[in-house]
Amino acid sequence: MDSEKIIIELKDLSKVYKMGEENIVKALDHINLEIHEGEFVSIMGPSGSGKSTLMSILGCLDHPTSGQYFLDGQDVSHLNKVQTALIRNNKIGFVFQSYNLLARMTALHNVILPMVYSRFKKTSHAERDKRGRETLEMVGLGKRIHHLPKELSGGQQQRVAIARALINDPVLVLADEPTGNLDTHSGEEIMDLLHSLHKRGRTIVMVTHNPETAVHADRVVHVRDGVIAKDETDHNGVLSVIP
Amino acid sequence: MDISEIISIAWNGVTSNKLRSILTMLGVIIGVAAVIMVIAVSAGTEASIAAQIQSLGTNLLFVTQNFTGGPPRNPATDTQNGLFYPDATAIGTISGITGVETERTASENVKYGDNTIDSVSVVGTTADFPTVRSSPIGEGRFIAQSDLDQKATVAVLGSTLATNLFGSADPIDQKVIVGNYQLTIIGVLAARGVVGGTDYDARIYLPITTVFERYTPSQFARVIGDRVNTIVVQVADQSQMDNTVLQIKLLLAQRHNLSVDSLPFTVQTQSDVITTQTATTSAFGTLLAAVAAVSLVVGGIGIMNIMLVSVTERTREIGVRQAIGATPNDIRFQFLAEALMLSLAGGLLGVLVGVGGSLIFNATGISATVIVPSSILLAFASAAAVGIFFGYYPANTAAQLDPIDALHYE
Repeated sequence: MDSEKIIIELKDLSKVYKMGEENIVKALDHINLEIHEGEFVSIMGPSGSGKSTLMSILGCLDHPTSGQYFLDGQDVSHLNKVQTALIRNNKIGFVFQSYNLLARMTALHNVILPMVYSRFKKTSHAERDKRGRETLEMVGLGKRIHHLPKELSGGQQQRVAIARALINDPVLVLADEPTGNLDTHSGEEIMDLLHSLHKRGRTIVMVTHNPETAVHADRVVHVRDGVIAKDETDHNGVLSVIP
Repeated sequence: MDISEIISIAWNGVTSNKLRSILTMLGVIIGVAAVIMVIAVSAGTEASIAAQIQSLGTNLLFVTQNFTGGPPRNPATDTQNGLFYPDATAIGTISGITGVETERTASENVKYGDNTIDSVSVVGTTADFPTVRSSPIGEGRFIAQSDLDQKATVAVLGSTLATNLFGSADPIDQKVIVGNYQLTIIGVLAARGVVGGTDYDARIYLPITTVFERYTPSQFARVIGDRVNTIVVQVADQSQMDNTVLQIKLLLAQRHNLSVDSLPFTVQTQSDVITTQTATTSAFGTLLAAVAAVSLVVGGIGIMNIMLVSVTERTREIGVRQAIGATPNDIRFQFLAEALMLSLAGGLLGVLVGVGGSLIFNATGISATVIVPSSILLAFASAAAVGIFFGYYPANTAAQLDPIDALHYE
């Protein structure tokens, strides 16, 4: 399923936080990473390992201190606020642990919001509506498009969030602990949904601290103390370490 | 992000907490309404003053004594600086003048038979009153020069006063008792109504000389003599006004033994009087409007305050919007549009309240008002400006938020 096309390429990437004159924290220390189109990758690590920082940088929410980040072939390491906003809008779909739906908007309106902010694809109301309905149907919520988030269960809310992540057809879906707030059953349903997206060729990067969730991916990247400690690829259910 | 999206997002923001939005708008509503109403009241006052002065008559000159500084003078001996009845008579001899009128008023009880009316305004005046004051005689005749010369005990009634005293009976040649003296009614004025705040129809008119002699308390008479406050002069030809003003000044200078430059009198045309009066009211009106405008600024601060609260409350929402691709400008416009919506809605309601209030003031007689269209525009535009000015800082704060911090805000 993996293609030769590289979606994410990190070259010698570091992120350093200065907490004071003397206190320097190296959240990411000279990381190199390649993720190909169609891969489903888990990024694992305990808290403080640097995985959240990595997630922020992969999501173009933060800039690296040094090194380069190529997303879909474009160097996005030092873009300005407007440019990164456009990249996030166009190339990245976010799925958060706490869903982060806008409370006073219906499921449909939440889903089409990224289309509203889009600069590249100008769409009419009717187009957005159609696209939103289709996407909500795809995640199995075709009958709840006019519900408010509070009228939906956690699992359903996360489905809406996934639909929102997919609406602009991004090159990368970035999921941050997508099952962290869900019970086991709903969590499994969400993982099944991510699997089916993966089967249809989506590139998915999932950040988690939970090994049980991580194994759903076909590649697990372990981050510890700001470096990649282990990079395992699962072939036929067996995780093997990439040399 | 097009305009309709920005408006719909702003609308959602405003309606999410209706009570708070209404309270926030209240500052702007009060400010805008106050500006419009203050300007309407001041314009109404100016208009009614102008109308009152116009209604006095046409082609008029007003001779008045100046308010002068310096040490107090003894009015009994200071004949140089006062205006006196003989001055009025003298002015009447200037050519091109069709009438000279001056007044001394008193207040007396008027009695006819058993019918007594208390505290009637007694106006001592001259023969030219009907022409100069545009108040023609209805029945009988008005006071003649001979009445003035003889200090005759005659009187002319205002129409309302005539009805109140005599009912439907004919008052001509009847005797009435005014104060301590019996007077003969020689005429009744045609109904004139209220002029310059005075009801012409409720007064009784006597020769001014009669008032000097009989209706001025003796100590008072000793002190001020035949002094008058204002001499009103009617000029035949409008084009001769300036010339007549000069002639009056020369005459007064001669009579009072003063130079024209040091004359303690002012001779004003009707339009001068209107200009002076309206200048005073409009200066006062401008001051009040400025005070009202301050409340508009206070309303703006209210908007800024609530927008800052709103930005803080919705930090998480801002983070989500940023994550899915909102640019700083998208966020800025969203909050700016919200502030603008609050101020424009407040402005619109303020215009309604201001116009409505002005109309009610006028209708209920609290104050004459004239709604000035430009004041509506001014107040509304100020409200919009206030919205943009006080909305910009909170909107900018929102736009500058770091997406990671915003997303993790609890």
